[in-house]
Amino acid sequence: MFGEARPRGVPPVGPGGDSRPSRLPGRAAGNTMKPFQQLDFLGLDAELSEDERMVRDTVRSWSSERYLPIVMDHFEAGTFPTEVLPELGEMGLFGANLPEEYGCAGLNNVAYGLICQELERADSGLRSAASVQGSLVMWPIFEYGSEEQRREFLPRLATGELIGCFGLTEPDFGSNPGGMRTTARRDGDDWILDGRKMWITNGTIAQIAIMWARSEEGFLGFVVPCDAPGFSAPEQKHKFSLRASVTSELVLEDVRVPDSARLPKAKGLRAPLSCLTQARYGIAWGGVGAALACFDEALQYTKERVVFDKPLAGFQLPQKKLADMATDITLGQLMALRLGRLKDAGTLTPAQVSMGKRNNVHLGLEVARTVRDMLGANGISLEYQVGRHLCNLESVITYEGTHDIHTLALGHELTGIPAYR
Amino acid sequence: MKIVVCVKRVPTTDVQAKIAADGAALDTSGFQYMLSFYDELAVEQAILTKEQLGGEVVVVTVGPGDATKELRECLAKGADSAVLIKDDAWMDRDARSTAKVLADKVRELGADLVFTGRVATDRDNAAVGAMLGTLLDWATVTDVSELELTESGGTAKRESESGVETLTFSLPAVVTCDKGLNEPRYAGLKGIMAAKKKPVEEVDAPAAENHVQVQSLALPAERQEGRIVGEGAAAVPALIEALQNEAQVL
Repeated sequence: MFGEARPRGVPPVGPGGDSRPSRLPGRAAGNTMKPFQQLDFLGLDAELSEDERMVRDTVRSWSSERYLPIVMDHFEAGTFPTEVLPELGEMGLFGANLPEEYGCAGLNNVAYGLICQELERADSGLRSAASVQGSLVMWPIFEYGSEEQRREFLPRLATGELIGCFGLTEPDFGSNPGGMRTTARRDGDDWILDGRKMWITNGTIAQIAIMWARSEEGFLGFVVPCDAPGFSAPEQKHKFSLRASVTSELVLEDVRVPDSARLPKAKGLRAPLSCLTQARYGIAWGGVGAALACFDEALQYTKERVVFDKPLAGFQLPQKKLADMATDITLGQLMALRLGRLKDAGTLTPAQVSMGKRNNVHLGLEVARTVRDMLGANGISLEYQVGRHLCNLESVITYEGTHDIHTLALGHELTGIPAYR
Repeated sequence: MKIVVCVKRVPTTDVQAKIAADGAALDTSGFQYMLSFYDELAVEQAILTKEQLGGEVVVVTVGPGDATKELRECLAKGADSAVLIKDDAWMDRDARSTAKVLADKVRELGADLVFTGRVATDRDNAAVGAMLGTLLDWATVTDVSELELTESGGTAKRESESGVETLTFSLPAVVTCDKGLNEPRYAGLKGIMAAKKKPVEEVDAPAAENHVQVQSLALPAERQEGRIVGEGAAAVPALIEALQNEAQVL
């Protein structure tokens, strides 16, 4: 009866999507499952404002209509569809929680979190690209940059005209960034940067890099143009995770930048770590998004799939798994929303963000593992979403502070005793 | 140019239709709503027209108090203001009664041009747009899939079963929008934030004078399960036999 309309808010998707003919190009054949239905067991929608819901629904529609139809092929090919970046910029998704005067949308942090949730519902690689641009490139320029740097870079980063990356992790220094070997030394009014960074999202496609280095003055941050002589960013291949995302090495050999490229307010390791807190906040929402996608797929699949003359969903073991997942997801939703309200109130602590990132990415991964199993042989097909999410989340649980490091951060917070080393 | 877009909220496509206890209406419990797809085309065309010729876009709907949600979406996409003509019994209002309320509002707003969807995707009547044009005594072009406009009139193409018609018309006019006319944009986040500050006028609808009433409502018969008559060329005779004698479509 309502067959012709485009379902806003419960939109069509490709793999895991509906079979309605689309007015959009590039839709993958995919399987013929129904539009995404978000689990909202406790009616948390009522806790969101009208504009927060509108932001979420808009990003959800975009992800379903523009991204899900193409992501399977990109994941398989190991490529990132860079053509979507200007679309994200046009919608205002980059740095959406930064002020309007720098060309950003000026949203609150709950709306920003909902964006991360909806992007990661589509693919962790897509959310990663947006997280890096917003939290790890735009936020440090906003927080630690000069007014000139803000005005020069933020509006162009907001539209996607410029893409940025964040160089902190090195081949031998991940959880212990304080050991980094990349150096910055003064040479007259300039700085000379030397070193190697690894596992850098967006590295090869970026025009600017936020680069962290040790110097005689402590740890410093720089905005480095990626076409500077001595700068190269070879792509890292052969990943089984985040395949629809660009991951790169950054190599700096005597890269010369003026002092005006230094982030003047960034002093010490606290600065890059504070950027990660911003990104981890978004990831806490992203983990929920991936879990929601997998749960919805499991629920639809088990209701449709008939085994021994009744739907799989009618057996006790699948029902236990669904009940456990729905409960865990609901707890994750509550945590993400509470973190967002605390962030908007200005009282969110890094340890609280650690709990959110740790719990919700683990949630996503556990749900993906369970759903992979519930879908039987179909669970290994990229025609379904779960395998892609499962592979992706193996990265997400490691990056931005590994699960174990966040465990220690929480242990430190609770006991007052650091146990990192 | 003052452009009015008449829109309607409709149930989302995922709802399971159930008949209410009175047997003449849908049981709306658990319904979620969205803008009717063709009305999205109308909103987009209005914004495109404003971008081309300048002017102002006002979105008007007849609906319940919480239909402001759909109006805000239109404002987020670029409409300038909205009018909610409040009617809790909006689903029971017949097409003529709805068109009458809209015509009065369009006159009051002093519009030059009205866009609306070809049809609302709930009742599927395709009546309000044409009735609106008639009540206003304006040029009325329905099912438009291509449009060129100037300050004084336009040229429209509409696809009918007999072919593609090309029509010219003068303003003021009512244009109902069909698939292919445009590609509705996504609301940007800045637009969503800006929409909060745009005016939404709320007025009570006059009581409906319905001339048509739904006597009963029945769900379509459930589709029977398909049957595979065979495979490959060998199955053709059985298929033809089934199409001729069972389905009686050949």
